[in-house]
Amino acid sequence: MTSADFLLMVRGPAFHLATAIFIFGILWRILEILSLGQPREHAAVRALGISGGFRTIVRRFVPAPGVFKRSMFIILAGYLFHAGFLISLFLFDPHILLFKETLGISWPGLPAPLINVSTLLGIFAMIALLINRLTHPVLKFLSGLEDYLSWTVTFLPLVTGYIAFQHLLQPYPLALALHILSIELLMIVLPFTKLMHTLTFLIARWTTGSRAAQRGIEV
Amino acid sequence: MTQSNLIKNRGYHFLPQQEEILMSIPPTIGDSLRKQGLSRREFLKFCATAASLMALPPTMIPRIAEALENTPRQSVIWLSFQECTGCTESLTRAHAPTIENLIFNMISLDYHHTLQAASGDAAEKARAEAMKANHGNYLLVVDGSIPLGNPGYSTIAGISNQDMLHEVASGAKAIIAVGTCAAFGGLPYAYPNPTGAVSVQELIRDKPIVNVPGCPPIPVVISSIVAHYVTLGTLPQLDSLKRPMPFYGQNIHDRCYRRHFYHRGKFAETFDDEGAKQGWCLYKLGCKGPVTYNACAVLKWNDATSFPIESGHGCLGCSEPNFWDAGSFYKALSIPTAGVATAASYATVGGVAIGVVAGIRNRQQKTFAQQHHQTVTVDDLERK
Ligand code: SF4
Repeated sequence: MTSADFLLMVRGPAFHLATAIFIFGILWRILEILSLGQPREHAAVRALGISGGFRTIVRRFVPAPGVFKRSMFIILAGYLFHAGFLISLFLFDPHILLFKETLGISWPGLPAPLINVSTLLGIFAMIALLINRLTHPVLKFLSGLEDYLSWTVTFLPLVTGYIAFQHLLQPYPLALALHILSIELLMIVLPFTKLMHTLTFLIARWTTGSRAAQRGIEV
Repeated sequence: MTQSNLIKNRGYHFLPQQEEILMSIPPTIGDSLRKQGLSRREFLKFCATAASLMALPPTMIPRIAEALENTPRQSVIWLSFQECTGCTESLTRAHAPTIENLIFNMISLDYHHTLQAASGDAAEKARAEAMKANHGNYLLVVDGSIPLGNPGYSTIAGISNQDMLHEVASGAKAIIAVGTCAAFGGLPYAYPNPTGAVSVQELIRDKPIVNVPGCPPIPVVISSIVAHYVTLGTLPQLDSLKRPMPFYGQNIHDRCYRRHFYHRGKFAETFDDEGAKQGWCLYKLGCKGPVTYNACAVLKWNDATSFPIESGHGCLGCSEPNFWDAGSFYKALSIPTAGVATAASYATVGGVAIGVVAGIRNRQQKTFAQQHHQTVTVDDLERK
């Protein structure tokens, strides 16, 4: 198989398969979570809780002061990695074209040098987080196969994307194909691992916030 | 001036029999070039250009000149199979006098059924004679793919393309597969490949093959390879797709003069918007420059006037295998080759169905657990 054939495969059948598994897995898991319902509220309901839910989604982006002090490194590196990853994913023009084609919506992108910086930030932050995970005794003890798998499938798109953009691997079709393949791997793994938090964090925060608001807690 | 005249000019005298032998010496490339009125200066210029194109050091120029001067014209048999004649057109329509068409002075084109005057049996006889006279030494140039689905899909003088290729390749010194059809199958090979077309390298495994893909390929590449072969007796260094590195070593994107617009995120969105007028990057309009290895951005076309991107159209990627099947020419590289709507709708139905089933099962479990819930009293706990 030549690198051109490989690229054709990942841009064609492999992408279709990955998209199908991604959608299938996400719908399955979200519906399953939603259908579990919520426990009955025994306290008197004081508010609808809708705004409380949304407020919590936003407020939880800011770490509580005590928590920040205790885990400054993890929080900062975590933020850097998430920002780097999301900027590279959503603001790089070739990626936006893909969203436009598949979802029908588009938005302006950033110049490539800025995407380069965000990708590098993401890469370094992820390496730092991995080193921390491997050296911190408690974190290491708590880490299992799923954690390392999640790290790997998230790291690969960043690093292959950087390699492809910088033409560090020749021929370029091979570098591009590896990058697309890494995304497909992420799409396949995401719904069935803790990476599902990319979507469920919204449900979780909203539920916590709205239930607290219903009980009259200020959120 | 022929080689015999050159020798005679040095003052030698010959017997009539010796004269006859001298006359039978085939004319050299030098003879042929001079006959065309090419001056020594122009000839050396060609040698210098050929050397630089093939990435050879300048010290090689005298050697190229000497070799071309004294080497008899290389016998070439050119076979055209499932093709559109675009490759031959590209070569023959090159602006004269350029080094593109100097190829015709370097070679003795002993068979080319589109260009030769002879036809029918006479043409086939010429091929047979050339094969016999230069057995083991002629160059075989092929354009077009070979249909395996049915030998009758493409024949020449009643001979199937496959048979003719095997026959002529057996006595060839090396093969040059000209154009994407001969190199990788090209248009006939595109899905669903109705004729069962294959490339030359899929059928011939025991001869040196150099692929010169492109739809059509750049003419000077063909002449330079022949010049390389004639002067050094070898083929140039090839990449993994058997393409000569000096021409296919870099991709279009790396040599594109619009590259800085790509980096700055300045893209033409349509063919007539402000971006297109400003000459911005054509990535969004489907340019395949980033995955295409060819020398268009450097050598250019039409007497070095421009190349597709310079004319405002994205690169189609025509020197890459399967470029016809790589999705729309007008969709960006980051877009999948075909729409994902069907796959997505099946996945949605499947995902919803299994989600609902899983939800019902979970609820049943929950109800079951609630129904079988046993209350534990303080007494029970204390007893334990
Ligand atoms: S026009 Fe094509 S080859 Fe040139 S920079 Fe843009 S994408 Fe690359």
